[in-house]
Amino acid sequence: MAVIDVDGTKFEVKDSDNLLDACLSHRLDLPYFCWHPSMGSVGSCRQCAVRVYADENDQRGKILMACMTPVQDGMRLSIDEKTVSQFRDKSIEVTMANHPHDCPVCEEGGECHLQDMTIMSHHTERRYRGRKKTYNNQYLGPCIGHEMNRCIACYRCVRFYNDYAGGKDLAVLASRENVYFGRHEDGCLESVFSGNLAEVCPTGVFTDKTLSRSYNRKWDLQSAPSICEGCSVGCNTAPSERYGKIKRIINRYHPDVNGYFICDRGRFGYDHNNHPDRIRNATRRNGHNGDMEAIDYADAVEAARDLILAADGNVVAVGSPRASVEENYALQHIVGAENFCPGVAVKQQQLLQSILDIYRDSRVHCPSLHEIEKCDAVLVLGEDLIHSAARMALSVRQATRNLSFELAKNSQIPLWQDAAVRTLAQDQRSPLIIASVAGTELDEIASDTFNGSPNAIAQFALAVANSIKSGNNDGSELDGDALQQAQRIADTLVSAKNPLIISGTGLNSLAVVQAAAKVASALSAKRSNGSTFVSNLCYVLPEANSMGLTLLTEQQSLSADQLFDKVLNKPGDYSLVILKNDLYQWLESSNVDKLFSAAKHCIVIDQQPNHTTRQADILLPAKTVVETEGTLINYEGRAQRFFEVYETDNPELKDNWHTLVNVARAICNAGRQPTGLDEASLLQLAEVNAFDDLIALVERRGGIFSRWSQVTPGHLFRIAGMKVPRQPHRYSGRTSINANAKVAENQRPDDPDSALTFSMEGAPINVPSGLNALIWSPGWNSNEAINKFQDEIGGALRGGPPGLLVLESGSQNNIDQVNVTIEKDEILGGQLLAVTEQRLFDSHPLMSLSGALMQRAGEQKLQLNSDTGQRLNIKAGATLNLRVNNNEIKLPVVYNDNVPDNVVIVPDSVAARTHLPAALLPAVAEIVQVN
Amino acid sequence: MTQQLPLTARLKPDGQVTNLAEYQAADGYQGLRKSLAMPPKAVVDLVKDSNLKGRGGAGFNTGLKWSFVPQGEQAAHPKYLVCNADEMEPGTFKDRWLMEGDPHQLIEGMIIAAYAMQADVAYLFLRADYNLSAQRLQQAIDDAYANNLLGENILGSGYSLKFYLHTSAGRYICGEETALINSLEGKRANPRYKPPFPQVSGLFGKPTVVNNVETFCNLPHILNYGVDWYKALGRGEDTGTKIFGVSGKVKKPGAWELPMGTPIREILEGCAGGMQEGLRLKGFLPGGGSTDFLTEQHLDLPMDYGAIGKAGSRMGTGTMIILDDKTCPIGMILNLTRFFAQESCGWCTPCRNGLPFIRQLLTDIENGNGKMEDIDTLLDYCTYIGPGNSYCALAPGAAEPVQSALKYFRDDFVEHIEKGCCPY
Repeated sequence: MAVIDVDGTKFEVKDSDNLLDACLSHRLDLPYFCWHPSMGSVGSCRQCAVRVYADENDQRGKILMACMTPVQDGMRLSIDEKTVSQFRDKSIEVTMANHPHDCPVCEEGGECHLQDMTIMSHHTERRYRGRKKTYNNQYLGPCIGHEMNRCIACYRCVRFYNDYAGGKDLAVLASRENVYFGRHEDGCLESVFSGNLAEVCPTGVFTDKTLSRSYNRKWDLQSAPSICEGCSVGCNTAPSERYGKIKRIINRYHPDVNGYFICDRGRFGYDHNNHPDRIRNATRRNGHNGDMEAIDYADAVEAARDLILAADGNVVAVGSPRASVEENYALQHIVGAENFCPGVAVKQQQLLQSILDIYRDSRVHCPSLHEIEKCDAVLVLGEDLIHSAARMALSVRQATRNLSFELAKNSQIPLWQDAAVRTLAQDQRSPLIIASVAGTELDEIASDTFNGSPNAIAQFALAVANSIKSGNNDGSELDGDALQQAQRIADTLVSAKNPLIISGTGLNSLAVVQAAAKVASALSAKRSNGSTFVSNLCYVLPEANSMGLTLLTEQQSLSADQLFDKVLNKPGDYSLVILKNDLYQWLESSNVDKLFSAAKHCIVIDQQPNHTTRQADILLPAKTVVETEGTLINYEGRAQRFFEVYETDNPELKDNWHTLVNVARAICNAGRQPTGLDEASLLQLAEVNAFDDLIALVERRGGIFSRWSQVTPGHLFRIAGMKVPRQPHRYSGRTSINANAKVAENQRPDDPDSALTFSMEGAPINVPSGLNALIWSPGWNSNEAINKFQDEIGGALRGGPPGLLVLESGSQNNIDQVNVTIEKDEILGGQLLAVTEQRLFDSHPLMSLSGALMQRAGEQKLQLNSDTGQRLNIKAGATLNLRVNNNEIKLPVVYNDNVPDNVVIVPDSVAARTHLPAALLPAVAEIVQVN
Repeated sequence: MTQQLPLTARLKPDGQVTNLAEYQAADGYQGLRKSLAMPPKAVVDLVKDSNLKGRGGAGFNTGLKWSFVPQGEQAAHPKYLVCNADEMEPGTFKDRWLMEGDPHQLIEGMIIAAYAMQADVAYLFLRADYNLSAQRLQQAIDDAYANNLLGENILGSGYSLKFYLHTSAGRYICGEETALINSLEGKRANPRYKPPFPQVSGLFGKPTVVNNVETFCNLPHILNYGVDWYKALGRGEDTGTKIFGVSGKVKKPGAWELPMGTPIREILEGCAGGMQEGLRLKGFLPGGGSTDFLTEQHLDLPMDYGAIGKAGSRMGTGTMIILDDKTCPIGMILNLTRFFAQESCGWCTPCRNGLPFIRQLLTDIENGNGKMEDIDTLLDYCTYIGPGNSYCALAPGAAEPVQSALKYFRDDFVEHIEKGCCPY
């Protein structure tokens, strides 16, 4: 630590910091544009000037850019000194010379870093008499708007998009005052992180086009802390609402998870909340004509009760890895664990359980994204991270920069000197090894790649594990080159300081999952020397709450196969309760049809019509993640709570957990013995009034749930007697927002389920991070205000991290005992091995309803290599009809020579899944027809 | 004569090039032979001792600059030597003269420097428009390769050097050494922040030295004839000779090799023949477009880095631009400011947006739309874009003619503003 004197006050600061970091960490106001906590300093904007004095006697000092000046112990500087203050004012004056005065119609207005910094720099008077420059804007696709006239040339956009996120199609063009930030020609931005431009840009050049569709100011948006439902990473987000519609989603800083950035799926995939087709009221099947007819919510709950009771104990339920822990728990509580199916394919359930067991070995540590960024060698086995966990891919990209940081340290270059560090390292990167079926977008920065079928990838991983243990690979089916490569990778992992293995469920291959653990165990065995070497190993899981659901059901559950057995063995006896789960997405259609025809009744709770909701006898509307509260557990076992962003004006729409509580209550109040159901459990659930009661019930399960109430403060939490507001204090229209319907001001709805309130009134400060979605500080209206909520810049949030790591390793499980069985790929003539293509934009059943994302999803195609194509006489462009069991899919063929021989890549999109569910893959596919 | 004017001794009056045979006949490549027989560090020390200062404008001791390059077993390789031949300073045409007439002198100097720092690769970064230079340099490079003066095991010394001629895409900022390096890497020609200095992390992140053409041209002679001889060439504090030039309305504009420390009056009135008939000297930029004005009172100053610096300007490239009493000084600095604003790379705010701001004020004043307070605003902005405030030296250089014009020709500004038009 060092001590610096800023305008007469002494501050203790990190000696590795620059002055801007140091000043902002102490919440001093010093304006800046080009610096970014994740991207370091480049010294372009010259806005953070301070006057630095040589010693106590120096009265003159000199102007230095704080972001480019390393801290030195005993340094004396001034932010307030007159001439340096005037310097910053002039910087703003010239910056504003060409900036349009269009704040009233600019979408950045009210959360504009340029506005804030202009005011902070005291610039008021315009002296420039020339004409303002104007530029042509570009079409950048459905997600990002472009208004170049507003550009102040801070270079943050290209530094994020290209340098940080590896994008290729955004550039700084032209020079001098004509610099232009855009694409070489109009077109959709290709990077899946493009949405961050809207937050990285300090003004209104890059804006969220989905917000533009129906725009509101930041101060008029109501927000609550939320967790992205897009994948298993669990990025923290802040969705915002006005007039009963979600208007946008922005990043919510979490030091260990998403940091400052989220992916485009998470940001732009919210249309389903506002979707016109949403199920908005309860319906019941008319016994005579089979049509669905609307009924009151209360009647629907009673009808559901009747169907459950009528089944005489033959009730089975299907949960969902996309539903919260609490929702799944409530359903599980009604029917009993032995009758609760987690709602995933049998194979996936095995994979998840296997991953959970592996995580519990004390020699394995599952790293957070922040920890991933610190790893200096990464082996990815079978995951296409950009598509299955995009935000993690961004962290892996940062991990490859560790070598450059090492080089910089050796050359005494401060790590925040971004341009210098990049110059020094050039193309040198820390090793990244990617084993995939047909290549991934990260391959361009990989030091080594391997392509093969899932079984080949598992073989390859085992060979790496063997090589680490200095064993021989005599039995391996890999060729000599691959074995040499395995040895090379083993050497890399053994010599790295902090190696990491990433795998996942993407290929649906138990062999790959287990082989990854074998690499970790070999590393640990090789490198344990006295003390145990803990290997970093993480698995990407299929859904946002796959981990939560697995933890809920690991002791007892009804597998999908058992569910079928039960129902099909007693046709006409069973009542099914299905929560937010379209079975047709992961089971063979013909089988699901059989299931529904064998079931006596079917109760479905869901938000969007799908093949399963069409089978319902009673259909209850479901709330979306942003309309309710709950907890999701991410890939690393981090429990994170999301909160209701706004109170819907639809009285028929109840919290999903509440609907289940209501059903339980109705059963208890029915006045008859609920045959086959556990009355005590039902009573417990029936007594739940508010969300915290349900939390307490979950907590009683003990084990990993034993600190469930500590994930975030409960509904009784108050600051100086006040709840936490969801609306900014400048929220407008409170008294008139409903005036078109009713002149009297509506009473603020009560929220008995959280410490948040649907109001602008409440505690303005010291909000615990897990409850805080309003990032604002006096003078800091943009998201840069997050500086004021951190212990230090880029560090922990004040008041501790939001969420709780509930999964702890250290149990007695032993990954050495994992027995990897790798089957042989046996593919006959006229057959292909069908393997899944992971797809970011159109694979999530809800988020793929986003129009913007669907435009970017890419074509649906089958990929095979040209040799295989020519041998089987399947030309590029031909339409290929494939069959796996009873499922047929028919799509155009594209040649991709990264695809291994005899393999066909089948898209895992919502559309393709209804023909051929990815859960059935990898599998041998018969070629039915080629056109 | 060679002993007094070593840089230009082999330049032919008819403008034809001195070929390899002619160059070698006139002691060419003797300096290289001598240096190859010395340990590299001895060459560095000798050059340091000669007090040769960089002729590109900054005037930093060349040997000292080299001494920051990591040497020995641990040093990163490849190391690079770069010749800055992007001569684009307004009013400057000295390097072109040397390259077109005597390319081997430059190549020999570069090989000596490369040997001293133990460079593996040398790049000659040439201004885009210098077509004749490019042609003659390439021929000279080919000849040098053919005669084992370049390539593997030069002259049997065991030292090897790859040598490339790179023609620039044409930007003034490429004359800034780190921008030049970025350009050479195929990136935007934006300057880099120092530290780290190029000697530690330069071209492709490796140790790199960048020197000006004229600097290199001194080396063969220093090595061949020795430090004492070289020091004796200068008339004042600085050592050696220098190409001085004069442009503007003088009788005989041109460039001449003269001893360091030659008084300005000798150059202006002697070599350039004085002002044209009917014109008087109003002021002059002593070292190219990005240096402060000096006036008649400074005519007896020696052209030395120190003396010109003390007078409030810089010797820069040593090529003067003369302002006469019938040319509008505001028109002149507006012209220069337009150039500098156009050549800004666009990286930092003071240069990218500050120079157009100054350009706008000067345009208004020149067109008769100025206001009296504009004079203070101009001064404000010259300070704002000054040294340390902007990212590199382009904007501070651009401010120099403006701030000194405000100092010496303030009456002209006032007259423009009061009359509402240009009085010239």
